[in-house]
Amino acid sequence: MKELLLIAIGSALVNNVVLSQFLGLCPFLGVSKSVKTSAGMGAAVIFVITIASFATSMIYKYILASEFLHLEYLQTIVFILVIAALVQFVEMFLKKSMPSLYEALGVYLPLITTNCAVLGVALTNVQKSYNILESVVNGVGISVGFTIAIIMLAGVRERIENNDIPFTFKGSPIVLITSGLMAIAFFGFSGLIK
Amino acid sequence: MNKCTERLYNGIVKENPTFILMLGMCPTLAVTTSAINGVGMGLSTTVVLMFSNMLISALRKIIPDRVRIPAYIVVVATLVTIVQLLLQAYVPSIYAALGIYIPLIVVNCIILGRAESYASKSPVLESTFDGLGMGLGFTVALTVIGLIREILGSGAAFGISFIPEEFHISIFVLAPGAFFVLAILTALQNKFKAPSATNGSVPHSGLACGGDCMSCSGSSCMSNHDKIEADKSAASDKE
Repeated sequence: MKELLLIAIGSALVNNVVLSQFLGLCPFLGVSKSVKTSAGMGAAVIFVITIASFATSMIYKYILASEFLHLEYLQTIVFILVIAALVQFVEMFLKKSMPSLYEALGVYLPLITTNCAVLGVALTNVQKSYNILESVVNGVGISVGFTIAIIMLAGVRERIENNDIPFTFKGSPIVLITSGLMAIAFFGFSGLIK
Repeated sequence: MNKCTERLYNGIVKENPTFILMLGMCPTLAVTTSAINGVGMGLSTTVVLMFSNMLISALRKIIPDRVRIPAYIVVVATLVTIVQLLLQAYVPSIYAALGIYIPLIVVNCIILGRAESYASKSPVLESTFDGLGMGLGFTVALTVIGLIREILGSGAAFGISFIPEEFHISIFVLAPGAFFVLAILTALQNKFKAPSATNGSVPHSGLACGGDCMSCSGSSCMSNHDKIEADKSAASDKE
């Protein structure tokens, strides 16, 4: 239990996926214009990464790394295809059976396929040789970390929207500087885990 | 200027993927802690980009239109795996430094972007040179950013240190430094009104969305999709 908690805190706060690993930067900077959309994106990411990290670690353990096959070198190809198929599948499933959830998350789902955080989580799980439970916990931690970061950035962006920013820094530069300052703030968490 | 050198010029200068189109930001920020890492990442991406453009262009009449994206992904992922194994065997130091970002070349939007917008409709030789040009443009950008961060952060260039330790600003080799360097870069582009996707002044990108991952919000994906559909129906009307 203690190990699982450490993994979750480590991946959500200490090694925050966007602010220290730089994964999933495109949606982080792109969708963070308002708190509402970024919460939607965050929810979609939590949903997809949790399912994907479960599916990929199952596939890795029972197919790729099984005793007779030894196909570990195929992991990149298999993972990206599994993730792409999974996102499609989730989208179809939501559309059919949970229209309200689909309304909320639908637009973000296609974006997530090319979100490197999803593939990144699958590969990190293998690299750190996590078992299936640990992989899922790591996935949840990482996606919660992403959600925290994107909602915080959106909050700041809503505040600075009407501020008097010099022309040169309007648009992306001020967003990047905000993210940099947030990254510094997140260093504060590094004392949590040794 | 013939077509091949034109593609090289286009990739390195006119439509530089990092400085002008603002594509593939994750590896740009993550691996540029030193110039040599930038070179390693850039060249690995160049190899993948060149061969994927070549293969996709050669296969463009065979791959059915409806499954083209999965087919492209398989081609790219295969090439990435090959590059990963080669790096692991021959340049283990770079392999260790780049780590997880090598397999993540698969999801680099430059590669699928070029496959979709150029290689899928152009002859093999030009597509190959297009990939080479884009890859070199990416390499140059990564090396420059890496060099700036290395000089400011650890007082060295390509591993040769020349600034005494008291003057290092170590934040620049850490994560926040990446954001600051890129912020200053885009701010300078705004200041001098240089072409950049972030200030909306790149009119002629092959991508329907015009590049710029930094302010994409899915809606551009949708309009991209609509545009491709419209192009397709226009093409079928002609036939």
